[in-house]
Amino acid sequence: MSSPDLAAPLGTTGPGSAAAGAGAVTPHEPGRLEAHLRERREAGFKLVVPYITGGLGDDWIDTLRAVAAAGADAIEVGIPFSDPVMDGPTIQEASQRSLESGTTPLSILDSLRRVEVEVPIAVMTYYNIVARAGHRRMASELAEAGVSGAILPDLPVDESAPWTAAADEAGVETVLLAAPTTPDERLRLICGRSRGFLYAVGLLGVTGERSELADSALTIARRCKAATDVPVLVGVGVSNAEQARAVCQVADGVVVGSALVRRLLDGAGPEGAAAFVAELRAGVDEA
Amino acid sequence: MSIEKTHDGEPSGAGASGLMGAPGPSGRFGEFGGRFVPESLVPACIGLEEAFADAWADPEYRARLDGLLASYAGRPTPVTECSRLSERLGVRVLLKREDLAHTGSHKINNVLGQALLAERMGKKRLIAETGAGQHGVASATAAALLGLDCVVYMGEVDVERQALNVFRMRLLGAEVRPVSSGSRTLKDAVNDALRDWVASVETTHYCLGSVMGPHPYPYMVRQFQRVVGDEALGQCRALLGGRDPDVVVACIGGGSNAAGTFAGFVDTAAALVGVEAAGGAALGNGLPGVVHGMRSQFLQDEMGQVLEAHSISAGLDYPGIGPEHAYLAAIGRASYHAVDDGEVLQAFQLLARTEGIIPALEPAHAVAWLVRAAASGQLAAGSTALLTMSGRGDKDVEQVMEMLA
Repeated sequence: MSSPDLAAPLGTTGPGSAAAGAGAVTPHEPGRLEAHLRERREAGFKLVVPYITGGLGDDWIDTLRAVAAAGADAIEVGIPFSDPVMDGPTIQEASQRSLESGTTPLSILDSLRRVEVEVPIAVMTYYNIVARAGHRRMASELAEAGVSGAILPDLPVDESAPWTAAADEAGVETVLLAAPTTPDERLRLICGRSRGFLYAVGLLGVTGERSELADSALTIARRCKAATDVPVLVGVGVSNAEQARAVCQVADGVVVGSALVRRLLDGAGPEGAAAFVAELRAGVDEA
Repeated sequence: MSIEKTHDGEPSGAGASGLMGAPGPSGRFGEFGGRFVPESLVPACIGLEEAFADAWADPEYRARLDGLLASYAGRPTPVTECSRLSERLGVRVLLKREDLAHTGSHKINNVLGQALLAERMGKKRLIAETGAGQHGVASATAAALLGLDCVVYMGEVDVERQALNVFRMRLLGAEVRPVSSGSRTLKDAVNDALRDWVASVETTHYCLGSVMGPHPYPYMVRQFQRVVGDEALGQCRALLGGRDPDVVVACIGGGSNAAGTFAGFVDTAAALVGVEAAGGAALGNGLPGVVHGMRSQFLQDEMGQVLEAHSISAGLDYPGIGPEHAYLAAIGRASYHAVDDGEVLQAFQLLARTEGIIPALEPAHAVAWLVRAAASGQLAAGSTALLTMSGRGDKDVEQVMEMLA
């Protein structure tokens, strides 16, 4: 396990420095999230990153601990937003339930600050939450809460500089998304600026379970792997151990959200969540 | 018309004031605007920006659009002098009659432009969001005209209160998908249209109905709507012996009829006034934020959760406002005011009784402001006002009947 002391300041690599040079990958000092994922990858493991909606149920922190113990390599924690346009019905419902129970960005960060989790945490939320708080304030609050990374699906690379400047300074790694529609030149730009890992969107569509893995998942994984050395994780439409295993033939790992959150909505609790993550772990370990 | 340079170095096409030209590749109006969408949609927005620029500069495309606006939509719409209302208010009132356009509102101007653009881009399917149903009806109409598939997202609350428009859309061959998430109104219809587009972007054009959303929509929709203001400018000058009106007023949800109207008058000395619903006053009560692809002003709590808008009018039940309006407000070129449901109901009846024109509830907001401003002296006696009558009231008659019962 990597020590939190590895969270080196990233201020040395400005957000504007990646644009030049086709195919150039900006050298940057990996932060805690990326260092940990690289270390696991180098040890021969595929990466499993489950997503949990923050504040969903009183026991969500127990769920966090349980999935870490069940073999998660990092955990994505959703800060619910009123208008989650990248999310399908499952995460919409989880977000709404969480908000109705009184969850706020601060309440989630408060909970995260108090908990010791063995693996790095990245928050996933929408840009308005960050914009409202203010870039520097949000970045420093994330860092103080022990959060390593941030994923903002409605903040594309073209608009990201003001946030990534603040995030880099606070040592928060900003994970960027690459989509099946992203052209090659743009993909290189995204790869050059993504920190922590690269989130390869597995299909054209919002989050949600799919009965079959889309062909686009393997295609985007191949394209991303060819473009960067940063760990490439495929998310959106990866719903079970079998699909995770198939994706990991190419990708470094998977992000699994809706399939886990549906189980939580159905009352699976920390044990059920841990059992599902253990299944995913076993699935990719066979890859 | 002089060509000004924007900070992006592109020709803006703006007139003497330098305002309401092209925003440049970053899609910014001052600090507002931009393109805050999931990565899946960024290439489509860039493609749309290029396709629009190309089409707008193409005389053949413009001729086809102008031809449809004239022979199909009924343009130019007239400007009507309101003698009895003017006498009542002590202010000379002119109405730009978008209520007389085909489908009953200004929305047709924008959808004809976008549907032709979709055809040009080889996209066979349109999706649209709608609040009151006017943009949905217009989209369904344009889709029928050009033989395109059309899906309209509409909040369940609006499906309920605008049943007639729902039937109209279905009659025109569109599929209406009720939206049950969130506040179940316009905001949520936009969310679901965006979610559809994230999945369907390769075959589908999102026919956004107002001057909102990611770049190039706020600019493109304003350009499609500027026909309202450009026509009205000439019509007013003809009526007023070469003078311009003292004040130009329009209602605002997202702000497309106001943007189109203001574009015609921004280089004149006319005061520009936007009227929001009191329960949806993004400029009056909102905070800066980034929602639905744009940086603008939104009703939201201190943590950034978007709040529900509430008004008598489904078309104004939107917690945000187009970014160019946020900019015009910030620099003081336009002023924005809010009126409440009670004032709107009064104005709705007043216009019907004095002029024989039943307005939609949306432009009844603009009428309500005029009544208030004339009474308070904010509008000097004897001044002249142009008001954009953005739509006709047929769709609202049943709702108003229940409210007045």
